[in-house]
Amino acid sequence: MTEAKNYMYKSWWKITAVLLLIYTFTAGLLLKVPELAPLQETIRNLYFHVCMWFAMMILFTISVVNAVRYLRNLDIKYDIYARQFAIMGIVFGLLGYITGAIWASYTWADPNTPVGDSFSSIARDPKLIGAAIALLVYFAYLILRDSVQDMDKKARISSVYNIFAYTMLFPAIWILPRILPSLHPGNEGNPALDVKNDISGNMRMVFYPAVIGWTLLGVWITTLKIRISLLKEKKLTP
Amino acid sequence: MDSPESKVWNGLFWVIQLFVCINAVAKSFLQESRGRMLYFYSITSPANFVLAKLLFNSLLMLAMSLLSLLLFSLFLGNPMQKAGQFIGLVLLGGWSLSLVFTFLAAIAAKAQQNAAIMAVLGFPIIIPQLLLLMKLSNAAFAPLLTISITTVLLLIALDIMVILLAVILFPFLWKD
Repeated sequence: MTEAKNYMYKSWWKITAVLLLIYTFTAGLLLKVPELAPLQETIRNLYFHVCMWFAMMILFTISVVNAVRYLRNLDIKYDIYARQFAIMGIVFGLLGYITGAIWASYTWADPNTPVGDSFSSIARDPKLIGAAIALLVYFAYLILRDSVQDMDKKARISSVYNIFAYTMLFPAIWILPRILPSLHPGNEGNPALDVKNDISGNMRMVFYPAVIGWTLLGVWITTLKIRISLLKEKKLTP
Repeated sequence: MDSPESKVWNGLFWVIQLFVCINAVAKSFLQESRGRMLYFYSITSPANFVLAKLLFNSLLMLAMSLLSLLLFSLFLGNPMQKAGQFIGLVLLGGWSLSLVFTFLAAIAAKAQQNAAIMAVLGFPIIIPQLLLLMKLSNAAFAPLLTISITTVLLLIALDIMVILLAVILFPFLWKD
């Protein structure tokens, strides 16, 4: 891949990301939203909380695709891609937890007691455990990477673990929460993707652009980190 | 001493199973000497080798599962309402655990690490299966609940997926 052709160095999608995020912040906070008794205005958190998890899943998926590409070509570049995308996925997962915690403190927590007292009953939710598993898997991935010295061996072993872990993640975050009882919405059907009877059309106008915007932002940050790593790599092997 | 109630019994049982599995399966790859790996390398293909390992560890784990079930019911009482179904679940669970940890042992052995890293790699991956198994086996302790067949099928599908992944991915670990 030459520099001119590589998507990393183009600017049109970065401008798109910025525009979409500006739209998310303005339209997301100004447009009319349905009034639902338990949610009220906190429903606007949908544009942030749910998008974080979407972006996390997409970034992890890009990471595993690059792991597969590494195993096919044995080019160390793809391993750097896989690693950086995994790290950025973790960052988005943590942001998803933070936004979720804010949301839960207004909707799930018992208003008659201090917010902290509801923690133990909220943290036991299967969907939260599923998300924690996803993050732990990628922390383990990073630990595994750092425990091997040899460059090629490190790349090969961690790619194998990346693929294995990603495939085992499906039950953790897509199937399991639908079997176990949960307070978290989205137990039946395909949450947020069901066009007919999920979120209202008005909110969808903001939600889908928001998902794309946040994901592009994540990719942008990752490409910057990838470029730094590639430059370091070049310095090491002149 | 009184025997624990069925929920505690169930939880203890699966935690013990997990640790039995980590220690039993870790031996399979981590104790192979370099010379013997070279010998295996010269006589067989990676897919055959990993299938043989999976088979051996499955049998080992099935035996260990039955043994720990026997010891549990000897020492901690027997709260099982549907013994036959629970034994089936124990075998299924032991099999699932052994498959996942066999592959992780292969990864850990290649990274030249001890069994600790295998546990670090394995815990997040095995938690979903353990949750499913505990949910199923809770039904075996309560006379009114039925064991859901779809969940059992899901576990079996996961096991088959682990075998396929092992066959596909092991060749990349194998060549050095």
